[in-house]
Amino acid sequence: MLKFNTLRTAVAASLATLTLSAPVLASQDSIKVGVMLPFSGVYGALGDATRNGMKMALQENAAQLHGRKIEYIEIDTEARPERAPEIASSLLSNSEADFIIGPVHSGVAMGMLKVLRGKDTVMIVPNAGAGPVTGPLCSPNVFRTSFSSWQPSYPMGKVALDKGYKKVVTMSWNYGMGKESLDAFEESFTAGGGEVVKKILVPFPKTEFQAYLSEIASINPDAVFVFFAGGGAVKFVKDYDALGLKGKIPLLGSGFLTEGTLEAQGNSAEGILTTLHYADTLDNDLNNKFRASYKEQFGKSSDIYAVQGYDTGLMIASAVNELKGDISDQKALIKALETTTVNSPRGDFTFSAAHNPVQNIYLRTVENGENKVLEIASPALADPGRGCKL
Amino acid sequence: MDTSLFLVQLINGLQYGLLLFLIASGLTLVFGVMGILNLAHGSMYMVGAYLAWYFVEHTGSFALSAIISAVIALIIGVVVERTLIRQLYRRNHLDQVLLTIGMIFVFNALQSLLWGNDPLGVAVPAALSSAVPLTDVLEYPVYRIFVALLCIAIAVVMYFMINKTRLGMLIRAGESNREMVECLGIDIRQLYTIVFAIGVMLAAVAGVVAAPMSSIVPGMGEHILITCFVVVVIGGMGSIKGAFVAALLVGLVDTFASVLVPQMSSMMIYIVMAFILLIKPQGLFSS
Repeated sequence: MLKFNTLRTAVAASLATLTLSAPVLASQDSIKVGVMLPFSGVYGALGDATRNGMKMALQENAAQLHGRKIEYIEIDTEARPERAPEIASSLLSNSEADFIIGPVHSGVAMGMLKVLRGKDTVMIVPNAGAGPVTGPLCSPNVFRTSFSSWQPSYPMGKVALDKGYKKVVTMSWNYGMGKESLDAFEESFTAGGGEVVKKILVPFPKTEFQAYLSEIASINPDAVFVFFAGGGAVKFVKDYDALGLKGKIPLLGSGFLTEGTLEAQGNSAEGILTTLHYADTLDNDLNNKFRASYKEQFGKSSDIYAVQGYDTGLMIASAVNELKGDISDQKALIKALETTTVNSPRGDFTFSAAHNPVQNIYLRTVENGENKVLEIASPALADPGRGCKL
Repeated sequence: MDTSLFLVQLINGLQYGLLLFLIASGLTLVFGVMGILNLAHGSMYMVGAYLAWYFVEHTGSFALSAIISAVIALIIGVVVERTLIRQLYRRNHLDQVLLTIGMIFVFNALQSLLWGNDPLGVAVPAALSSAVPLTDVLEYPVYRIFVALLCIAIAVVMYFMINKTRLGMLIRAGESNREMVECLGIDIRQLYTIVFAIGVMLAAVAGVVAAPMSSIVPGMGEHILITCFVVVVIGGMGSIKGAFVAALLVGLVDTFASVLVPQMSSMMIYIVMAFILLIKPQGLFSS
């Protein structure tokens, strides 16, 4: 142990001399990117896609890194919030990561924030939508490349009003993301004169929806707005169809209702209207190119999580380029990150004062098993960032 | 709640309860006869659903897939009993819990390797895909009526098998006095293999018939397992009749709690269980 410590001191000392005597060398150290994503369990596929997208972006833009290599330190969070603080502090103190990328799961995000807010590293959230990350708990060194839970659902209120729906039932699991999504919808819907006649919160992760759907049928509202994702979204959409509500009461949702689930939902999903910051079918050069090369590299189709990872990589590359490879000054790095425009497959986006993307939200409908873009429901929408003092 | 909505919810509750019975019956059968607490029972439900998906994709026929899946489940049951469970008959429940929890991890890992982590879905077989209109908006899918009837049929078959056949007689004898059955020259080990395999098959068949009306996802087995244990405990550990009554009770309580007391719906079945155990500590129908 003593020997090890001595060795470490010696290495540190020589490194210190090196950096003092030769600042040029600093730019040739590798940039350390800590990756905190779920690579196993229910969210495993999401973690994989995010990592693939990020690496692809950094590889494509290697020229922007001014000769600096990227060193990845990857840790599986298993989407377990209770492990998050420990992993985050290990990446911060032991690995001295310049960037810490993660997570997918909002609970893990809260655990990471506890440790990383205001610290000498930059945390970039490539998925978790929890409001507080760019709200009350915002911090100069914390960015998000995905969305706030408010963002995809807020524009749907206006869409519903435009369709002439006045009385709507909202429904979701009783947890953060679900409740925040329903609130965002309700905010714009009631502001325009709509009425939420009933709000149903189902205990998470229950998927016995039949009783609730029978109740909705007896209320017979103009439309139903829901937030569900993954397996719950599959079950909900199939039940909605099986019990005869499909085609009689229009189904609206946050876009996650039909992301990565369409094949399993089959015909039952046809005609559902959703709002989200991306769609696979988005027809622009960047997206077409991105999808083609992702498929070529990884042998499977890209998805929204791959895009969010890709944009995280783009953002790092662009900031490193701006600073000509020297990211040692954290203030300058943060400045470079927050002023960057990310040329994303989802369309260009910038960052709000709270470090959340200012981005288009698209209105999509399911047609022939694909999310087809109908229009931009809300251009360059910024999360209000309530409670953030940045 | 008006009368028509009440009736609809009554049907919902009964249908959910019948499916719960199908899953829980294997669990309680295995415990009653062999004294084995099989925590991996939910994994067999999951395996059934994934097998159904796999064979529907490859054969296109739901009925054929159901039969193949049931046969594979029987084989899994025999293999698992012969190789693993057999070591545990003389051990205590804690050792059984450790082994069967380990089996949950193994089955989950296999599922992830073989079929990935994306949610999957099986289409309702075409012959059963129509629906019966109930109200202006609401319909009742024929497939769900079929599943309910199938569950009742399986309950009836189990009742006759246990009460009227030689195998059933041996099962009942094994339950009450193992040593005496062995003394009479019956190979109790073979009986155990059969019972365990039937238990596995019941869970897998439940997974198969549930597949078209649910989403097939990793971890689907653990979630249903907890509810099944509630059913088995309320009914009385090891009692098939108890499991039937308890499953219907749990199905109805959960359904009505969801709409009447939504804030408390997730704990309602546990409150009912606690209340029943206060009055009947061994469950409703324990021997």
